[in-house]
Amino acid sequence: MQSHAPPSGPATSTRPAATPESTRERWAAGAKEYGVFLFRCFRLSFVGNRTYHLWMLGLTVVALLGLNAYCKQFVSGLVTTGMTDQVSWGMYIANFTFLVGMAAAAVMLVIPVYIYKSKELHDLVIFGELLAVSSIIMCLMFVTVDLGRPDRFHHLFLRFNWPISMLTWDVLVLNGYLLLNVHICGYLIFCAYQGRKPSRLFYIPFVFLAIFWAVSIHTVTAFLYSGLVARPFWNSAVVAPRFLASAFAAGPAFLILTVQVIRRATAYQVPKQALQTLRNVVTVALTIHLFLLGSELFTEFYTDSAHAASAKYLFFGLEGFYGLVPWIWTSIAMNLTAITLLYLPGRENVTRLNVACVLMILGIWIEKGMGLIVPGFVPTPLGEIVEYTPTLNETLVCLGIWAGGLLIYTILVRVTVPVLTGELRSDRNGIPEPK
Amino acid sequence: MKQTRRSFLRRSAAAATGLAAVAAALSPLRELEEGQMPDLEGFLQKHYKEMSEEEMVRALERIEARVEKDYGVRAQVSDVRAQDGVEFVYALNLSRCIGCRRCVHACVAENNQSRAPEIQYIRVLEMPRGTLDLEKGNHHYDHPTVPDDDHYYLPVQCHQCANPPCTKVCPVEATWTEPDGITVIDYDWCIGCRYCEAACPYWARRFNFTKPEIPKEEVNPRMSYLSNRPRPSGVMEKCTFCLHKTRNGELPACLEVCPVGARKFGNVLDPESEVRKILEKKRVFVLKEEANTLPRFFYYFDERYAAGGGPEPGGAPNHSLPADDVPKGSAPAGSGEHGEHGEGG
Repeated sequence: MQSHAPPSGPATSTRPAATPESTRERWAAGAKEYGVFLFRCFRLSFVGNRTYHLWMLGLTVVALLGLNAYCKQFVSGLVTTGMTDQVSWGMYIANFTFLVGMAAAAVMLVIPVYIYKSKELHDLVIFGELLAVSSIIMCLMFVTVDLGRPDRFHHLFLRFNWPISMLTWDVLVLNGYLLLNVHICGYLIFCAYQGRKPSRLFYIPFVFLAIFWAVSIHTVTAFLYSGLVARPFWNSAVVAPRFLASAFAAGPAFLILTVQVIRRATAYQVPKQALQTLRNVVTVALTIHLFLLGSELFTEFYTDSAHAASAKYLFFGLEGFYGLVPWIWTSIAMNLTAITLLYLPGRENVTRLNVACVLMILGIWIEKGMGLIVPGFVPTPLGEIVEYTPTLNETLVCLGIWAGGLLIYTILVRVTVPVLTGELRSDRNGIPEPK
Repeated sequence: MKQTRRSFLRRSAAAATGLAAVAAALSPLRELEEGQMPDLEGFLQKHYKEMSEEEMVRALERIEARVEKDYGVRAQVSDVRAQDGVEFVYALNLSRCIGCRRCVHACVAENNQSRAPEIQYIRVLEMPRGTLDLEKGNHHYDHPTVPDDDHYYLPVQCHQCANPPCTKVCPVEATWTEPDGITVIDYDWCIGCRYCEAACPYWARRFNFTKPEIPKEEVNPRMSYLSNRPRPSGVMEKCTFCLHKTRNGELPACLEVCPVGARKFGNVLDPESEVRKILEKKRVFVLKEEANTLPRFFYYFDERYAAGGGPEPGGAPNHSLPADDVPKGSAPAGSGEHGEHGEGG
């Protein structure tokens, strides 16, 4: 959570009109209260029912398996992965790209709430931003495990090739986005904990900044790929819009599922209307995404130039290599089924909505990895075809990072809900037992 | 009270289990070899361009010690700098190349590339006549003898571009173009993100997926900081036009070994140099000119094959492959300007 302490003194809901305390004392008191808050959150993250404990235990085990796999990679080098000089980025960068989208998707809740004053989504914004925080942390982990020399990470601070290298832009926007969201959620949650109204000055400007920033993180990430003359498959202006559209489908879809878990597992009441609003967001985003995909496919295949080699490999196979064909068609089938479910009459059916959400999250995830990153490397710029298959060790690292990220997200949601419902308050003594 | 004690015991047991699990997860780190992680001095080593003369001397000593430890060889590691008034250019005569791949192996021997897995900077494509479409090339041709009559051979290595897409993308400026036109990598600065590998249109960069393995007797002890010293695991490497040789007035290893004289190298700023004459007189072309990378690596054909016309796309070739009947030393540079084979550029 964030490290700044709000300039509030007493831990009550009303401020004294004139404080005799010095600023320093007020800050000290605030910092102390903040420390207590963090400690309570820490303890609370261990409290829950049996399902919660099993879930957390499972995630911890997978995260440790991933850590173990990463240690092996750290010792032996990236030879433990399925990557080669031909396909030099694989599952790590694919997951990274997908998760940048998940992080950016929080903005699709922020815009309705803060620009269109949507009431039903208001309380959900915080969960979207927590998702953004967890996703960015996962992104940073995925980039780190992809590095050949993580021990030289500090070279970024010593010679930073900004603004020429798009990767330096990505470093800046991702970390900036992380800080923005940590600040916004941290501040709002802490205010709720203190039982006082948040000061607009302390978060509204950041909320609006975060809207632009969210678009920037996925745009910059798309530019990483689309700016390379060596990779005709990526060298397309539609990559960035496609990234955004798919992210705005997968992210809110994930939130739709999260919100229902929260509704079942806690006393927190999420308005029903919120689900429908999210459903609309997801429907529109997925439609745009599929339209952009169609535009790309038309350009590639109708033109039928040599540049379409990667797309041919992806969709139909090339010279006897068909590694990605089943994946991409599964992905397309999933997305088409999802969009059909969303447009069919009887759209209020929540089960159907959930099925559509799961399908589109998986479909978009496949499309980012097997549908975008890997085919960009096949064939190589010299026309060689080498296929990529992730190794077990590499897969374990990926699963470990996902488990770690879900662990973080679960804890964040776990401690936020009682704060929002008023169960966890600053002026109480001890930690309330959760229901 | 009892309740509290029991819960305390339970918590302690849980914490102990957790710590044991974390320790087990971290256990592969015990396999880290001594020297695999940089020592403090290595960790603090500056970027190549920022090192003072003294610091460079220390760095070279560290590398020599490292090489001796890892490979049991006493190496001479130097830091050869670019000379003023020099811009290196490579020219490759496609009429002569017979696809024997001697250049590939000479390069590996000269530049201390890893033998297992073997890293090669030069890739020779066996191309069907009548096309320059690289996707039609065969990377893994394996005839008992070369050249094959129906093909020509296209060796590709780093093109040392004047507008390099690879240096642009590096987030830490670990790769750059030297004043004499050679694009180099500071192997001690590279963080191993492989963005440059994705950015190169000529697939000229290689990554050390693990610690390079070189048999002791095959290590070339004449090394330089920016070129052929053994690379650490997890960093990029590439062709440097053998700068430890060429900056001292010698020729690259790939050129020296070429049995048919297909390879020419020199200073393009010198009006009397052979490469300058080739660029002025021959019909030269570059690969992927549309990528606007401005390579310093040129291909050309000999003119005497012009009479029969160049290979037509899809058309049946009606001339024997240039390489199979070119005797050594034929076709002096600068003889006539009738070449037609340059149409692919």
